[in-house]
Amino acid sequence: MAAAHDNDAAQKGGFRAWLNKRLPVDEFVESQLTGYFAPKNFNLWYFFGALAMLVFVIMILSGIFLAMHYKPSETAAFDSVEYIMREVEWGWLIRYMHSTGASFFFIVVYLHMFRAMLYGSYREPRELLWILGVLLYLALMAEAFMGYVLPWGNMSYWGAQVIVNLFGTIPVIGPGLVEWIRGDYGIADSTLNRFFALHVVAMPFAIAFLILMHLVALRQTGSNNPDGIEIKAKLGANGKPVDGIPFHPYYTIKDLFGVGVFLLFFCGVIFFVPTFGGLFLEKPNFEAANALSTPDHIAPVWYFTAFFAMLRAVPDQQLGALIMLLAIVVLFFLPWLDRSPVKSIRYKGWMSKTALVLFVISFIVLSYLGLKPASDLYVILARIFTAIYFLYFILMPWYTSVEKTKAAPERVNYHA
Amino acid sequence: MRNAFALIAAGLVLSALSFSPAVRAATAGLPGAWQDWQPGNDISNTASLQRGAGNFMGYCAGCHSLKYVRYSRMGTDLKIPEDQLEEMLSPGSKKGDYMLTKLTAADGEAWFGKAPPDLSLIARSKGSDYVYRFLKTYYLDEKTTNGTNNLALPGTAMPHVLSSLQGAPILKTVKKDGLDTFDSFEIVEPGQLTAEQYDEFVRDTVNFLEYAGEPVKAYRQSLGIWVMLFLSLFTALAWLLKREYWRDVK
Repeated sequence: MAAAHDNDAAQKGGFRAWLNKRLPVDEFVESQLTGYFAPKNFNLWYFFGALAMLVFVIMILSGIFLAMHYKPSETAAFDSVEYIMREVEWGWLIRYMHSTGASFFFIVVYLHMFRAMLYGSYREPRELLWILGVLLYLALMAEAFMGYVLPWGNMSYWGAQVIVNLFGTIPVIGPGLVEWIRGDYGIADSTLNRFFALHVVAMPFAIAFLILMHLVALRQTGSNNPDGIEIKAKLGANGKPVDGIPFHPYYTIKDLFGVGVFLLFFCGVIFFVPTFGGLFLEKPNFEAANALSTPDHIAPVWYFTAFFAMLRAVPDQQLGALIMLLAIVVLFFLPWLDRSPVKSIRYKGWMSKTALVLFVISFIVLSYLGLKPASDLYVILARIFTAIYFLYFILMPWYTSVEKTKAAPERVNYHA
Repeated sequence: MRNAFALIAAGLVLSALSFSPAVRAATAGLPGAWQDWQPGNDISNTASLQRGAGNFMGYCAGCHSLKYVRYSRMGTDLKIPEDQLEEMLSPGSKKGDYMLTKLTAADGEAWFGKAPPDLSLIARSKGSDYVYRFLKTYYLDEKTTNGTNNLALPGTAMPHVLSSLQGAPILKTVKKDGLDTFDSFEIVEPGQLTAEQYDEFVRDTVNFLEYAGEPVKAYRQSLGIWVMLFLSLFTALAWLLKREYWRDVK
């Protein structure tokens, strides 16, 4: 097909042939979009990968314009953000796109990751795809944290203080490492400056590279689907999967609709509730960083609070930091913890289903607890739900191998 | 997929509710615990904003700055006529200047023990509710150096500068579970304004400070409605397009 296409273009001559002789545009479109077959039974959960890409583009574009007016210095950062909000043409919109985009990035990424857990998209042969995804999630966390510090609000400052100090719990090198990260004895001008460099240059490059790898790996294995079966196992007369449809135009058009729905939510927040009740933009961050005035209650932004609750659930800070780290590291092992004969939750047994529900509940409850002051009751609850979070992974090899599963179908379920 | 339209509708309703002044105004009023008082202000009410700007210049600007707000921007946003804006300028200021107080930080510290803070973002960092409660919960208290105290910010360095308007309130408490709990305020020495007029005065001032916190807010919300309408249309068309393309997927 690709060859036929090339001949076609070559015969026609003109600019397209000239171009394709030098740059394989048609071949690329053919192999990546029109000739890339995706399962036809994608459901709602399959929108979030494309949406994460959209948010990435929104963040890069709005970020470029913010960087034109933002000043990374202790004395000017806060003022420059207010300058953007008030005096730069459409600066308020660009800034709200970026601040809302940060939260929406995590919303779509969390839903995207949940989808993978739901349908076993991390299972063989997609282990690397999953691992690249977890690396992306880590890179996104670093990017979000450093971006959060830049407006130099009081919560930015104290949040940075708390998070950077976590590195100090590492034995032996900890204290030196913290100083090296900050470039000073406290969060200071030098910290702000290097966070700016990392936020606008280093991390976006790393994320873009990881996205590329994530996509290359996806094209190699092909997408999983809600039934968790390989569509490549059933090929039609044309050598293409019978349950597959070309990514373009089918999924590009479908994703266009997804983009519309997404933008309704995204713009709803930007135009009507940009602070989202103090969850996306916190009240203390409308006061400039002040080393002499600690906010009443220091907590990270909502997308980190589940891990923050785990940190506080452990009496010993060093151990707490370790638990927090393990909570993310354990994700890397997911492909090898799941021993079920089927991939999709549709055909797994009641134990897997219960475990996943409990896992989601524990993540949501921990996120909520991390936003609240650490009262006695909350700490006890945080311990219980931290245990549930880890038990989901620790017990997985057991419950996935002993439970009774249903047989996965030969063909995907799809009803037009 | 059929649920998608329900999702859109839910999103629209949610966003519409959250900024509706009617919803917020319903909870305004005086009875009940002062912690629950809400100003019920409306930043799309230009007349209220103009009065609030006048209140600010008359009673606040002597000590407090709005260092991120220019007079000219305020004049444009609040539709204040040129000649009136000229009269509002603090001595020596030009229309393009930021609204800065003539009180120096050093003098402020010497007179009040603490330099009066800039109020550009007070409605964002503390909330309009807080500013409203602050301005409405002053009471006479002989234990403090300036003779007044405040429930929203106990021990505040700021004296009750609006007492000429409100009068002199004393705090009435009742015993509840053995604790002195807030009951009401009683004006023992009347000011120039009635209780309703003072409430109006504070509401306008709070409204103006909410404007100062985010001058684009009213415009943002009015533009947002068009954005949502456009996106609804876009999404509906995208849905029809998707349905058409997917007709042959069996």
